[in-house]
Amino acid sequence: MERQQVAPGRQAEAQLTSLSLRDFRNYADCRVTIGAPNVLLLGENGSGKTNLMEAVSLLAPGRGLRRARAEHLPRQDSGGEQWAVSAELLTAGEVIRVGTGVPADSDSGRRIMRRDGETVSQTEIGRLLSVSWLTPRMDGIFVDSPGARRRFLDRLVIAFDAAHIGRTNRYEKLLRERGALLAEGRADEAWFSAIEASLAESAIAVTAARQALIADLNAEAAAGWFDFPGVRLALDGTVEDWLAEGSALQAEDRFIAVARTRRMAGDTALAGPHSSDMNAVNSHTGAPAHLASTGQQKALLIAVVLAHARLQARRLGRPPLLLLDDVVAHLDVARRAALFEAVGAVGAQAWFSGTDHDDFEGLDAQSLSISADAGTASITQSEE
Amino acid sequence: MDSQLDNLIRRLARLPGLGPRSARRAVLHLLQNRDRLMLPLAEDLGQVARNIRSCANCGNLDTGDICALCRDAQRDRQTICVVEDVGDLWAMERAAVYRGLYHVLGGTLSAIDGRGPSELNIDRLLTRAREQVGEVILALPATVEGQTTAHYLHEKLSPLSIEVTRLAHGVPVGGELDFLDDGTLAQALKARGRIGSQ
Repeated sequence: MERQQVAPGRQAEAQLTSLSLRDFRNYADCRVTIGAPNVLLLGENGSGKTNLMEAVSLLAPGRGLRRARAEHLPRQDSGGEQWAVSAELLTAGEVIRVGTGVPADSDSGRRIMRRDGETVSQTEIGRLLSVSWLTPRMDGIFVDSPGARRRFLDRLVIAFDAAHIGRTNRYEKLLRERGALLAEGRADEAWFSAIEASLAESAIAVTAARQALIADLNAEAAAGWFDFPGVRLALDGTVEDWLAEGSALQAEDRFIAVARTRRMAGDTALAGPHSSDMNAVNSHTGAPAHLASTGQQKALLIAVVLAHARLQARRLGRPPLLLLDDVVAHLDVARRAALFEAVGAVGAQAWFSGTDHDDFEGLDAQSLSISADAGTASITQSEE
Repeated sequence: MDSQLDNLIRRLARLPGLGPRSARRAVLHLLQNRDRLMLPLAEDLGQVARNIRSCANCGNLDTGDICALCRDAQRDRQTICVVEDVGDLWAMERAAVYRGLYHVLGGTLSAIDGRGPSELNIDRLLTRAREQVGEVILALPATVEGQTTAHYLHEKLSPLSIEVTRLAHGVPVGGELDFLDDGTLAQALKARGRIGSQ
């Protein structure tokens, strides 16, 4: 497997140099300055480590690492809807202030994103910053539901192509439209045709974007890296089969024809990107990920995330911020050391969390101690 | 707070684009300018509520049963531009680039919101399209509902021997490519045209 030396005292190519939280989850008002390529959050269970990571994840487009509902984000004791997370981002030698939250003067209660004091779109923020994460909930992703794997894959696509958010939203909305029409029992053929034509267009676009990312990722991940195995991903589904057999336009026509034929026969089910599944195999052994041990599954998942980060570093000129929540669980000592080296080699700023400092021996990181008192978190900085 | 004031704020807060905070500010501003603003506004609201109605032909808003645009003999009666609501019609008129007739649908198709073809002004459009019209322009939003409605209308209009077109999607005039979202850029590339052909 490929090995690379990590230069000591390196600086990540896109890193946060400060982070402020106000009325977010269990944080009332906190600010930390970050002067290291990696950050290690240490604290007891329930102290607020994952909340802090979630705050960082919300600085990038999307719903963050918990996919939380808007009403769960403000601090409960604050009694209001407003909250804010802001940070200084050092990228390409320039410091940019990015932020997100619900402002105090908001009438809509909607989360906004800011860049250097101006409200901007998620797409614009996506051009500056992306965030990837691994959480304990993702450890079983290869044995979890296909939906969880699709969400994971779509997030990987969005890091390169922010328009994929709109593409998947549009597809899901059209599916709901068709479902509502079927439930009403309306026999309006023109209306069904209109929905199914748009649905076909969206289905092919979503599938093609997913397949393109998987092809690029496979090229990157096949060889393995440090002590992490090579991985090969595949997307299985009806639309995927059609695209393998013919052009995108032919696939659209087949989608429309099948949707209509099934509907006429009283079968309301429809195959599409919402029913596709992503599978992974170890590219060296050919063993499917879902049959591997817990530790091996985690190593495969980390291999995918690292390959995705390397791809971003090369294509976009900057790696993502990596949020690695309780990542050392299920990893032996050698793999932990390999992970610490690998994130350094990617050039990403990585945020680790854990309960025991000894688990992170050899990691070049700034430690932040998180503690909670009467439900409110506080952060103590310590230099490593 | 006084219940009359509270009621007024609640009603204003339900208007599009306003929330409770904006409604409170608006009410305070109106009260500080009763003679100059508030009473004339109340009078205008009453008059408009009594006199404005939907045009029986196109769905536009006007004081007459048939709106001024439909009565205007100078307009091109061969072309109908279909818009979602009157706000879109006003936008087209502000641009002063179109001299044909309009048709206001009164919304877009949405099964989830219970808005079907019978809830929209579609039957009247089909009737008008059969009466010596050469072209129907679908000027509908580029949203899921807008595009579904455009597909639907195209299907309904295609048996008639008329041209059905839609507005182009792409680079706005004065816009820079760097600021366009990827979807718009892709649409613009797909619908690219030969220089000098338009």
